[in-house]
Amino acid sequence: MATRVEDSTLIPAVHDTHANHRVAHHDPHTEDASGHHPALQHHFDNLEQQRDATTLGMWTFLVTEIMFFGGLFMAYTVYRVFNPEAFEAASRVLEIKYGAINTAVLIASSLTMAMAVYFSQIGNRKLLVAFLGLTMILGTAFLGIKAIEYSHKFAHNTYPGAVPFEVDHHVVEEYEREKGRPFPDINRVQMFYVIYYGMTGIHALHMVIGIIALGFLTFYGYRGAYSPEYNSPVELTGLYWHFVDIVWIFLFPLLYLIGRH
Amino acid sequence: MSEHIVQPKSYYKIFGALMVLTALTVVVAFFDFGALNDIVAMTIAVTKATLVILFFMHVFYSSRLTKTIVVAGFFWLAIMFVMIGSDYLSRGYVPRGITNYVERH
Repeated sequence: MATRVEDSTLIPAVHDTHANHRVAHHDPHTEDASGHHPALQHHFDNLEQQRDATTLGMWTFLVTEIMFFGGLFMAYTVYRVFNPEAFEAASRVLEIKYGAINTAVLIASSLTMAMAVYFSQIGNRKLLVAFLGLTMILGTAFLGIKAIEYSHKFAHNTYPGAVPFEVDHHVVEEYEREKGRPFPDINRVQMFYVIYYGMTGIHALHMVIGIIALGFLTFYGYRGAYSPEYNSPVELTGLYWHFVDIVWIFLFPLLYLIGRH
Repeated sequence: MSEHIVQPKSYYKIFGALMVLTALTVVVAFFDFGALNDIVAMTIAVTKATLVILFFMHVFYSSRLTKTIVVAGFFWLAIMFVMIGSDYLSRGYVPRGITNYVERH
């Protein structure tokens, strides 16, 4: 029975043409001589199976990340449902320009990451290194803008645990003028900022880890470690980077845009 | 080689779409649609995330096994939201009088 390769990713092939080789050469170091690609680990049948298995493993990790961030989004949802007015008022304190610019920076970094994966697939070492570097620069720019934003908030005592916790009085005055009612209970507003710093802080930590991973990729990529046959580290770091981008795609409207209308 | 290589041209298109959707979500946030504001914002965010997952993350071209794992991940996320949400959001549905009555007996 002819089985389509893509459907039997993790099932050993029935007709294993390399079986004889493997019996003859137990030492993986001799496998080059027997026609195996040097990048092929000995426990995989072929490069395609190896690639599918690594992708699957990375996605399994990303599913745990979905649940990890999912818990934070759940916390946001519960607190917002119980404090709708305070959350919308607190959101107005954040500056849209920083959030929007950072969204654009992060999406651009996802494009450069995707381009890096493409150049590793076609084996262009120079452009691979260039686009990995560009992705690192954009990631660092994101963190820089975030740092400026955090420092503005700290300057106004807008951080959980501040004594006393406050927000920019211009925003409070504008809110009261526009809505014709007092600014909501400041402690409920503070709860928004507990969640804001928690979620953006953990997101930023993921960015830092991603930039470090890109640093290693750039180093090994420059030394020519990746080829059209073997580029899993670039592909998998790409998956991680895009995932972190997706988290921000949800954080931006939920944190910055809910109180504007 | 069986690996599907996505061409830069499609990456540019996805990038353009993501940028347009980002601008759109900022603009619509300033209009008052009542409860629809959140639904519109989340629809745009889910569309953007889907584009990233399918094309930047190559899931569109991945094996059925990988697709299953991805869908399962979001399915379990939905289970968490439904179960925790149905607890918190339904508190107060039971009239106070009934709970008082149950506590007294």
